[in-house]
Amino acid sequence: MEFNHVHKSKKRVDVYEKVTGRAKYGADMRFPDMLYAQTLYTKYPYAEIKNIDLDKAKKQTDVEAIITAEDVPNNKFGVIIENQQVLAEDKSLFIGDGIAVVAAKTAKAAARAIELIDVEYKELEGIYDPLKARKEGSQLIHEENESNQVIHHPLRKGNIKQGFLESDVIIKREYDTPFIEQSYIEPEAVVAVPYQENSTITVYGSIQNPFATQGAVASVLKEKLNKIRIVQNHMGGSFGGKDEVVSSMAARAAILALKTKKPVRLVNTRDQSIKESYKRHPYKMKYKIGATHDGQLKAMQIEAVADSGAYACQTPFVTWRSVVQATGPYEVANVKTDTYGFYTNNIYTGAMRGYGSPQVIFAQESLMDELAEELDMDPVELRLKNIYHNNSITASGQKLDSHQVSLEEVLTKAVEKSDFIEKYNRYKKEQTGDKKRGIGLSISFRGCSLGAEAIDAAGIILSLKKDGSVNLYSGLAENGQGLKTVYCQIAGEILGLDIDRINFMEVDTLISPDSGSTVASRATLIGGNAVKKAANNLKNRIKKFIAESYEQTEDDIVLKDGKIYGKKSIEIMSIAKMSSMAAMEGVCLTSYGWYVSPEISWDEEIGQGNPYFTYVYGCQVAEVEVDIKTGEINVLKMTAAHDVGRAINPANVKGQIYGGVMMGLGYGIMEELKTNQGYIQNTNFDEYLIPTVKDMPDIDPIIVENPDPDGPFGAKSIGEPTLELGAAAIANAVANAADKRIRSLPINLEQIIVGRKLSKGGGQK
Amino acid sequence: MQKVKVSLTVNRKKYNLEVDPDERLLDSLRDRLHLTGVKEGCSIGECGACTVIIDGKAVNSCMVYTFQIDGSHVLTVEGLEIDGRLDPLQLSFIEHQAVQCGFCTPGMLMSAKALLNKNPNPDKEAIKTAIEGNLCRCTGYQQIIEAIEAVVKKDGSE
Repeated sequence: MEFNHVHKSKKRVDVYEKVTGRAKYGADMRFPDMLYAQTLYTKYPYAEIKNIDLDKAKKQTDVEAIITAEDVPNNKFGVIIENQQVLAEDKSLFIGDGIAVVAAKTAKAAARAIELIDVEYKELEGIYDPLKARKEGSQLIHEENESNQVIHHPLRKGNIKQGFLESDVIIKREYDTPFIEQSYIEPEAVVAVPYQENSTITVYGSIQNPFATQGAVASVLKEKLNKIRIVQNHMGGSFGGKDEVVSSMAARAAILALKTKKPVRLVNTRDQSIKESYKRHPYKMKYKIGATHDGQLKAMQIEAVADSGAYACQTPFVTWRSVVQATGPYEVANVKTDTYGFYTNNIYTGAMRGYGSPQVIFAQESLMDELAEELDMDPVELRLKNIYHNNSITASGQKLDSHQVSLEEVLTKAVEKSDFIEKYNRYKKEQTGDKKRGIGLSISFRGCSLGAEAIDAAGIILSLKKDGSVNLYSGLAENGQGLKTVYCQIAGEILGLDIDRINFMEVDTLISPDSGSTVASRATLIGGNAVKKAANNLKNRIKKFIAESYEQTEDDIVLKDGKIYGKKSIEIMSIAKMSSMAAMEGVCLTSYGWYVSPEISWDEEIGQGNPYFTYVYGCQVAEVEVDIKTGEINVLKMTAAHDVGRAINPANVKGQIYGGVMMGLGYGIMEELKTNQGYIQNTNFDEYLIPTVKDMPDIDPIIVENPDPDGPFGAKSIGEPTLELGAAAIANAVANAADKRIRSLPINLEQIIVGRKLSKGGGQK
Repeated sequence: MQKVKVSLTVNRKKYNLEVDPDERLLDSLRDRLHLTGVKEGCSIGECGACTVIIDGKAVNSCMVYTFQIDGSHVLTVEGLEIDGRLDPLQLSFIEHQAVQCGFCTPGMLMSAKALLNKNPNPDKEAIKTAIEGNLCRCTGYQQIIEAIEAVVKKDGSE
């Protein structure tokens, strides 16, 4: 298929303002009379709040208002379960709970006032281990509940007992993963402006999901949705992270703005950001797997326990994705999985790129290598014997028959390109010296978009102007991933317009269609389909107008290169001229595109159904060098093959792969948010280390394209798949190099040398 | 607090400021001169988002008090574009898709600019060293390196 605008590495439409410093992010917004707000956080992770004395703070010069939980009209919010406190009421439940928020004329005055607030606490003994929280009779984090369990997702398929009876080899392993900070470089920032135009409150800022934040602010203020306006434009990264925490900040700033009748700016420092923003869930996982001598998987039993921290946040959905992906992309007749989330007094956990998949893939794909070792089989052979193909049946009983199941293709391409087999066998033999090389791989299938979490629909408005330029209004938002460019390319392809003729407007709940959240790698797939629909609606109207006015048949009319062509490809006129004429004739040049995804199903009792309407497939290979004397791990090369359906913008797809691979490398060997009795020990980038340019391996991205019948021009997803595979591939490479199996992330030097983490909480036996 | 008089040349323009002794250059640039292309990411000199060039050197502006650099020449990302013409680095970042969320971009550009001013022909390792203090969570750095390398190559061939 010939394309003019999609399937091309077009320059980003938002790049000019980003390289010139003109792009305004949340903290760059300025309004007349704007006040500076700051939050006072609890001193103890779990404590009763006996008294809050604001007298001294209120008397400070330049302080205009201070709020506590008493001032919050409705103090509990949440997208799934409403139990997150805007400000701590009777008790603080984790170390990032806010106690009070000050608004002052200067940031300095706000900071001074914070120090003058006297809070009387009664420190309580909290629970910091989800396995303890799980025990019957444990004290309850949320007293209104019967237990600390947030959620339990069971999945039952076949007969697990029979499956293990039929197995020649059975192995049991335990794996665990840590809290991870999203580490967007821009800390959270909002400005709430009262009574602008007809809205009670308008919030500007780094808001990943404007409609979720709109819902939260409306609910907290007890105000109608149509009175709350959220505007998002440039965002300094999010990776799932600027949702609930930003909603909470938006609500606090909104209350202060209404109280003072002035704009209120609330911007976190890095320390505040790490302390109060939710993290990726730590998981503790028990896997049992059975196979025949020749490597056929017979049974799999899994228990995964996630630490939800103080609030439910996204735990019910994060753990649900784990259920679907926990068994990996393998055909197994007999499966029993149980995935749980429990409340503790730790930092709460929510969405982060991957969303419940990086944890189980680390376990599952490590386990496959361990099983291969046990069977004396190479890891590629074992996988090839069991992977999904077209028409395979998944653990949840779904038949994969809607799209090309390309696991074998991505696996083969990555294995060949990385010279895996030869290297694996060579490195497996005794290596001389302290520096040992190793190679490892991992594969995954990933459900695209929300799946059975929620209704999956998105809308786009296109408005063609009289000069042939277009405004595009989207409900899904740019987080840095390149969505604006992709949407402009799709609209441009259908309307025959260069993308510089299309202006992607900032997401504004006033006009943008509520399209749910920009999450789950769904923007290209779901929003892209909505763009296609809107553009086709508009194109059909243009064709009708031209056909009627110029004695043409609609089928002959083509829009290309900014022009309209008719019978025998003869140019009729420019789109600009047509737009002006059509407008004068009263043709509606604004179109709406609404896309609803194909049907899905899920039985929560037994974990069976068709959870996603399509999937993507990926394989990553890691090559490492391990110094067994010092424990240093050097990742030399990552080969990443991903089926994206169709790459709307190949350069952007590569950018996603490079970035995701590096985030996966961080997960594998560097990153861990350390907590001790609920206190966070690394609250800035000097102690919470993310990969720098010096940690970069050679990265070889392989884009695989099998256009999906349900994707816009065949496109599917790429954001999250790139990140979920790295840690497992690296763990397998380390095992290949050093003959040491590490089952706890991050893999670090102590584990290589002494076989366990030296710091507290190390899970390695 | 006693104010301090400071004169600075920022993006080729002269400014006379009266600042508190504890005012960071980052705040002077953002709040007084409205140069909000200078970003604050960590406030402790670890992320590099606030990097500017002071007298030819790439510096984290969160770690400098304004009064300390009286008489200095400061270049921020806003000063890279001259008379509507983008710097070759800016053009190359655009060309090589070296930008995603864009929050680290101004700092990245300034670190790269300082490097090329000093060493027009850096190798890959020198480029990596120059931007080692600039954290990027989106791009995995690859396309940023490619963008800087392309400017080096272009210079070499001319």
